[in-house]
Amino acid sequence: MRPTSRPSPSARRLGTGALALAGALAVAGCAASSSMGGVDLPSVAPSTDGPAPLRIDAPSPDPREGLGAGLFDAEEAAWNVRVVSRTPPEEPFVGQTNSDLAFKDHYVFQGNYDGVQIWDITDPTTPRSVVTYVCPASQSDVSVYGDLLFVSGEGLSGRLDCGAEGVDQQISDERLRGIRIFDISDIDSPEYVANVQTCRGSHTHTVLKDPNDDENVYIYVSGSAPVRPSEELPGCVGALPSDDPNSALFRIEVIRVPLANPEAAEIVSSPRIFDDLVAPPEHGPAPADLEAVERAREEGAFVLEIGGDPTVLPDRYVEPLLQQFVERRGGTGAPTAQDSAALRSYLPQLAEQMGGGPTADMGPTQCHDITVYPDVGLAGGACEGYGLLLDISDPVNPRRLDAVSDSNFSYWHSATFDNAGTKVLFSDEWGGGGGPKCRESDPMEWGADAIFTIEDGDRMEFQSYFKIPAAQTPQENCVAHNGSLIPIPGRDIMVQSWYQGGLSIFDWTDPANPVEIAFHDRGPVNAEQMESGGAWSAYWYDGYIYSSEIARGLDVIELLPSEALSENEIEAARSVQLDLLNSQGQPRFEWPHTFALARAYVDQLERSRTASQAWVDGVRSTLDEAEAMSGGARRDLVQTLAMQVEVQADAAGDPAKMRLLADALAGLAAM
Amino acid sequence: MHLLRTLLILGLVTSAACAGTGPSPSGAPAEPVETTSPADGQEPDLGRLEALYQARADSARAQYHPADVDFMTGMIAHHAQAILMSLWAPDRAGSDAIRTLAARITNAQKDEIALMQRWLRQRDQPAPEVSPEGRVSGHGAHMHMTGMLTDEQLARLEASTGVTFDSLYLASMIPHHEGAVTMVHDLFATDGAAQGDLVFKLASDIQVDQSSEIARMGRMLDAMRAGSPR
Repeated sequence: MRPTSRPSPSARRLGTGALALAGALAVAGCAASSSMGGVDLPSVAPSTDGPAPLRIDAPSPDPREGLGAGLFDAEEAAWNVRVVSRTPPEEPFVGQTNSDLAFKDHYVFQGNYDGVQIWDITDPTTPRSVVTYVCPASQSDVSVYGDLLFVSGEGLSGRLDCGAEGVDQQISDERLRGIRIFDISDIDSPEYVANVQTCRGSHTHTVLKDPNDDENVYIYVSGSAPVRPSEELPGCVGALPSDDPNSALFRIEVIRVPLANPEAAEIVSSPRIFDDLVAPPEHGPAPADLEAVERAREEGAFVLEIGGDPTVLPDRYVEPLLQQFVERRGGTGAPTAQDSAALRSYLPQLAEQMGGGPTADMGPTQCHDITVYPDVGLAGGACEGYGLLLDISDPVNPRRLDAVSDSNFSYWHSATFDNAGTKVLFSDEWGGGGGPKCRESDPMEWGADAIFTIEDGDRMEFQSYFKIPAAQTPQENCVAHNGSLIPIPGRDIMVQSWYQGGLSIFDWTDPANPVEIAFHDRGPVNAEQMESGGAWSAYWYDGYIYSSEIARGLDVIELLPSEALSENEIEAARSVQLDLLNSQGQPRFEWPHTFALARAYVDQLERSRTASQAWVDGVRSTLDEAEAMSGGARRDLVQTLAMQVEVQADAAGDPAKMRLLADALAGLAAM
Repeated sequence: MHLLRTLLILGLVTSAACAGTGPSPSGAPAEPVETTSPADGQEPDLGRLEALYQARADSARAQYHPADVDFMTGMIAHHAQAILMSLWAPDRAGSDAIRTLAARITNAQKDEIALMQRWLRQRDQPAPEVSPEGRVSGHGAHMHMTGMLTDEQLARLEASTGVTFDSLYLASMIPHHEGAVTMVHDLFATDGAAQGDLVFKLASDIQVDQSSEIARMGRMLDAMRAGSPR
């Protein structure tokens, strides 16, 4: 959650001072080239107009296709990544599903349908088992905060006593469906200290640390299974809210956990974040769709505004409607301009009818998963047929800001924000994760990611889909699943798991044009028939990608440089060290000011051709020169360079990137 | 059945006993045990782990309840009818939205049928056969599950085209899906049922997928009904 390395207050002051000075100089520095204090940079102006889009030659044919099967000896394909270690499950968990991951210090917590595996990752080439804690419950979604470990239980066979025998009775006081809480202050001996039972169990959960509350953490519980009987857990009502206001449907649960007294954890609210949810029938149209509508409008088409989105009335409706207006005025024959005008004035009424109706008001009854980003006060709720944007500034009372749906999306599964909190990516777990949804015949828009920009802080606008381009076999369960951002400065890059589709790393800096830049995949577990396997979660943590392999254990993977990602960018990503990560509680990355960070931005200016090659070369040699120096000489040179970059910023094709570079240099000079 | 379950439970308990088993908060203190992982630097014996994987897979297959078998068998027949109805859409539907919806339903339910058939066969249970057109033969051919259309209703849908097909398709598929959700609720209300992860997951997925789809179809149907002025 907290980057260990932040710029010190003095660094910030000095940095700002340097920039203010640079600003003053900028008045004089109208020329694109610049010289001061021994640094003589050529003109930064690029020779081409506009930034070059990210391009990378993907291997062809795609090596992910046709891989040999096997449990521990399947063939593998890797592009721009290297597998550092493959660790099979500990014996008690062999043959049982590995699920989500959480991280604290040098430990990985790996959920398993039969409990929790704790790995020591001090040496990522050889993760060492600390504890294999047997306590069955699906899906064992895990989170960690401080000395507490939280584990989700949803299945009918989870027991309070962690027994493996299941629960034979439909109504039983031995069943656990909800959140288990462990004290891990002694990591070698987790202590099971509390439970919170919930009406629908906990399929997943999200730990929210309110920046304004250091005594508690909050847990948002998402449960998608049917409501348990009230005879088992009093107060649980499965009826619709219209029939019983206490319905456990159409709400999430918020648990408050006092950090000093986790035994007192309890449900403090059940926000009905879905109330009155009348979303547009589709997600907002893409810009290309809007253009098409405008063209149609100019050509005389009937355009309705449904849920704020313009929609062309399909021809098959137009003809019968016009005919009815003809009949209504007692006419016969072909419709005239009069009927056409009548239909046009009827359109708003028609739109209203299309947006309403009793079933249209019935939104989702639960979320599958919620990703909170406390630093920006937002959460992304992936909730059945909808993606929600929530305001979580009051953690007990999350408030819905916007909702989108999408006819291509089957089941909204999870959300990931960009680091700035201005974009959000939702995944569609079409088929529930057990189905082979990446076959050649499966559409690229189904079981994919949908990328949205967040407009004005409270509205989502659709941009594009992303799905792995490699066809998988019918023996491989494959669909979009869990991922996290990789802290590449100045870009939005994430790693995502696709079950037996492997893991994929892609750039979504341009939300309309996501580009895959690396991947790892194995052949199926079994060549003859579907056996569940693949990457459940793939997250970046402190320099490596950790992938929870359902059947094969824990994979640790490192990024390799490529034309789409430089060694400097990778090194800058590695410099971001967290001491805690729950991917559903998104941290804001901040980069320590290093030479790698500065060089990463220079590499990006070069790759996008937003700075001239001569300028890039000049900055690089100045950076090399500075790095070879020490003390005051280094500081002065870097500070001068910072000022020059700032002066030249507006002459470059990407002034914002230039200012990031100037800021990084100013910070570096101050260290 | 109970004897079988008891034996399996003993088997599982044995396998769990080699690692730490946590008690409930009110129970005895936890004593997680260091696992039997090889010493640092020593490669784990993957052959042995793979054998263990197969043995566990075999034993997991023997864990089921008669209600699970009935659920899987009935749901195959139920899904098959959804495919039968959906495969009429390419030729008969009046809109691309319905064709897309039908394609998605066909895709999803074909995959689930394959999964359920495999589940039954691996447990030496007779599995209904489903033709590519969605016709059921063999065991379960004459099952009529809740929400399924009668032959007469099917004939009406098959004979319709255009907007009529679209609205009939939605008006039939909504209760059809609701029937599947009811089947899941009935399964979960049965003592000892859906204890296995596969059955629990499949049933939960059917419940959430079809509930989401019911809401979506409801919106489509509303929009369609609004399409003609009164």
